[in-house]
Amino acid sequence: MSENMKKDLELDIKNLVVEFRTDAGVTQALNGLDLEIEKGKTLGLVGETGAGKTTTGLSILQLIPDPPGIIVDGSIKLAGEDVMMKSEKEMEKIRGQQVSMIFQDPMTSLNPVMTVEDQIAEVVAIHEVDANGKPIAYSDAIKRAKEMLELVGIPGDRGTEYPHQFSGGMKQRVVIAIALACNPKLLIADEPTTALDVTIQAQVLEMMKGLRDKYGTSMLMITHDLGIVAEICDAVSIIYAGRVIEHGSLEDIFDNTRHPYTEGLFNSLPDLDHREQRLKPIKGLMPDPTNLPKGCAFCPRCDYAMEICQTQKPPRVYRNDEHYVECFLYNEQNIKEGGVIGR
Amino acid sequence: MSEINTNKPLLEVKGLKKYFSTKRGMLHAVDDVTFTINHGKTLGVVGESGCGKSTTGRSILRLLEPTGGDVIFDGEDVLKLDKEQMRKKRQEMQIIFQDPFSSLNPRKTIAETIAEPMNIHGILKSKDEVDARVLELMDTVGLARRLMNVYPHELDGGRRQRIGIARALSLNPKFIVCDEPVSALDVSIQAQILNLLEDLQEEMGLTYMFITHDLSVVNHFSDDIAVMYLGKLIEKAPADELFAHPTHPYTQALLSAIPEPNIHKKTERILLKGEITSPIEPKPVCRFAQRCNYATDKCRSQEPQLKEISPNHFVSCFLCDNM
Amino acid sequence: MAKNNTNVNGEAVVKKQNQWVEAWKRLTKNWSAMAGLAILVIIILAAIFADVLYDYDNVVIKQNISARLQAPSAEHWFGTDEVGRDVFARIVHGARISLAIGLSANVVSLTIGGILGACAGFYGGKLDMIIMRIMDVFLAIPGTLLAICIMAALGSSVTNVVIAMAVSGCPGYARIVRSAVMPVRDMEYVEAARAIGCTNKRIIFAHVIPNSLAPIIVQATMHVASVILTIAGLSFLGLGISPPTPEWGSMLSAGRAYIRGNSYLTMFPGLAIMITILALNLLGDGLRDALDPRLR
Repeated sequence: MSENMKKDLELDIKNLVVEFRTDAGVTQALNGLDLEIEKGKTLGLVGETGAGKTTTGLSILQLIPDPPGIIVDGSIKLAGEDVMMKSEKEMEKIRGQQVSMIFQDPMTSLNPVMTVEDQIAEVVAIHEVDANGKPIAYSDAIKRAKEMLELVGIPGDRGTEYPHQFSGGMKQRVVIAIALACNPKLLIADEPTTALDVTIQAQVLEMMKGLRDKYGTSMLMITHDLGIVAEICDAVSIIYAGRVIEHGSLEDIFDNTRHPYTEGLFNSLPDLDHREQRLKPIKGLMPDPTNLPKGCAFCPRCDYAMEICQTQKPPRVYRNDEHYVECFLYNEQNIKEGGVIGR
Repeated sequence: MSEINTNKPLLEVKGLKKYFSTKRGMLHAVDDVTFTINHGKTLGVVGESGCGKSTTGRSILRLLEPTGGDVIFDGEDVLKLDKEQMRKKRQEMQIIFQDPFSSLNPRKTIAETIAEPMNIHGILKSKDEVDARVLELMDTVGLARRLMNVYPHELDGGRRQRIGIARALSLNPKFIVCDEPVSALDVSIQAQILNLLEDLQEEMGLTYMFITHDLSVVNHFSDDIAVMYLGKLIEKAPADELFAHPTHPYTQALLSAIPEPNIHKKTERILLKGEITSPIEPKPVCRFAQRCNYATDKCRSQEPQLKEISPNHFVSCFLCDNM
Repeated sequence: MAKNNTNVNGEAVVKKQNQWVEAWKRLTKNWSAMAGLAILVIIILAAIFADVLYDYDNVVIKQNISARLQAPSAEHWFGTDEVGRDVFARIVHGARISLAIGLSANVVSLTIGGILGACAGFYGGKLDMIIMRIMDVFLAIPGTLLAICIMAALGSSVTNVVIAMAVSGCPGYARIVRSAVMPVRDMEYVEAARAIGCTNKRIIFAHVIPNSLAPIIVQATMHVASVILTIAGLSFLGLGISPPTPEWGSMLSAGRAYIRGNSYLTMFPGLAIMITILALNLLGDGLRDALDPRLR
């Protein structure tokens, strides 16, 4: 796509292939994943367990456990610079400052024997420099830590407490404060609210939205919950067996669903307004990543599968500049007509 | 289902209490909870972590010994049964667990796990009969017969949950407590399991107590919904009524917090202050008052009681007095 | 996923795999554990066939002053001791004593300590506290010291050595079994077992113990090693097995007087102890890895 050149991209992943090689076999975690996030926008990466969501996040930070993980092919560009060319030392600078990541479980991502302000100040002290270009004084880092706590809605004087003195939602706020302490350009949030209760999830999402808008941070929102996507994202990529099978803006995905898998995800959710309606689950299970189908990875579970789906990888078909689907059901014409599968 | 009278209560829970002693005092995990479930119906119990919903389920089955109250099952008070009578009673009351990974013994094959309840209660005499019944149950819950000798760690979460369901069904129970049976599963698998549970209810006339934190699931699945907060039942109503007219401020906030997969429907979100605490030595006041946007002095000094504000719709909140 | 369910042809049933066979397969991949096992098998075979190899009365304990203190040779591989007995023959017969005491003391401590630990871990509460405090009292006395006390009180004989070793081994087992049982007790499948109407006895034996075996088996191999070492130590002090019974520790002790001129008298029994302990430890390490389900 030539238009891509004009877009101001914070993150640009092309054809990423990641494998985990163990004695038991080769797990194909990512199989040619493409991902783009425009500056200041939020992309939802939606998929099920084992689809490769977390691997994507870790690849961006070059944190894939190696061995057994190997990036076999592809490029990852952060604001135009290829992270795969960076040395480990340069990556250390990028992590936490340019890109930070929030993990799913707030209980295990904080160090239990350090006060929360020390944990926030740690990142600040590593990355921030003062007016003379020297690393900033620790007392200033602590001051910054207290400001960050206030920002995520925790009184600054609670900074001297330890993680176990905080509830789950508060801990996730601290994790977010650490991630945002150096004002990163890109925030990778890996299921940040899955471990939280709904009312707390609502609080945390609301806060993340506010901070994102305030600082113009780009965000990669990794989630399995389409409700959260509807709430906070600008664009959506649906990932299945390590490949983006449908991508588009919120309207494209929610109102003009094309891929049978995306359709299946929507149908699997109970509808609040029509509670008697029977759920239409996707049949079968995720394919074994050590032994993926030869053709379309979704083919064995697809209600619309054709002969060609079993043997060939589906091509990418565009509905508009952004919205694309990888599925044999569509061609340039019928994709604009509201979909063969009729939604 | 036709022969079962759905207007007769199968389970009556009256004033159920379960306290745990902690270092900081008595934790009132379940405090004076009362409800009934009719034959062949489903009661959904919702609430956030620590609200006592799982403890309620386990206390009814006496997996935890209740501190007080009555549990009348099919006309018989199960809390008065002795150990051996209770062991027998378990044939009628079963449970499906949340975590499909820790709820199966990793050293037993699928067939062994499903057969165990039948062997313990000796309801089938010969080994062939048991084997035949195991295969029949595997068919019922949609597990391929060839997997009978497989160990749980070789299977995915959805299949493991089917094993748990088959184990619960093996004794032909009347009543099943489903403790967050789909929370650990992916959405596409979640829908498969929910449909399976629905089909089983229809075929076998089962009665469910369905515990979950997921409001869209409970709405889909239940006839009645009970909302719990810090060990108290604060609102109970038929599912349609509860979603159409949520009355307790907590229920309202809970419903508004559901992220809906719909970009055109923008619901006004009610954000609650603070977080859930734990009910240790609670004072006789409204337990939600601290976080409530409408709390008055009365709420902070007296305890509201459950009141019927419209047919079958019960709420415990002082605000309803003025309505 | 099951490795062998690719052969999906109609009613083909996946074959039942024994988990112990799987663990064994993993163990065979660990070369150091297999080396340990091989050495151990040789020692055990030597112990079993000791009588076939060397006659106890005529070779092992019969003194032959004319052949005393001979250096290792083709006739006497490890030389002869101060009263002319063949050192190799005595080491072979010594293996019998060391292993017999090591294993029997272990079985006794495992049974007593294991049952106490399992009860403490499973029931918890007061019972746990009472059992574990008693075990702590035993644990507060060093094992060797406890054994010395028992030997001093009961006199030194093979049976008394076993009793002493068994008693001093109990607290360790009780602790290990208790800590292995406690996490399993809280697993949902134990609650599930209660929900389907299992009795406590069945829950403990069918659900809890099979799932807490791994650390116990490992502790057992390691403990055999420590018992052998302690017996050797006791014999060295003159409290364990009394002469002329061939025991590695007492041989070491007896050879001490000749260490300058005839160092092989101490070296070979010492090597025998060292190799046996090494073999047991290698095997123990390997078993721990093979039995850990997380390493699958």
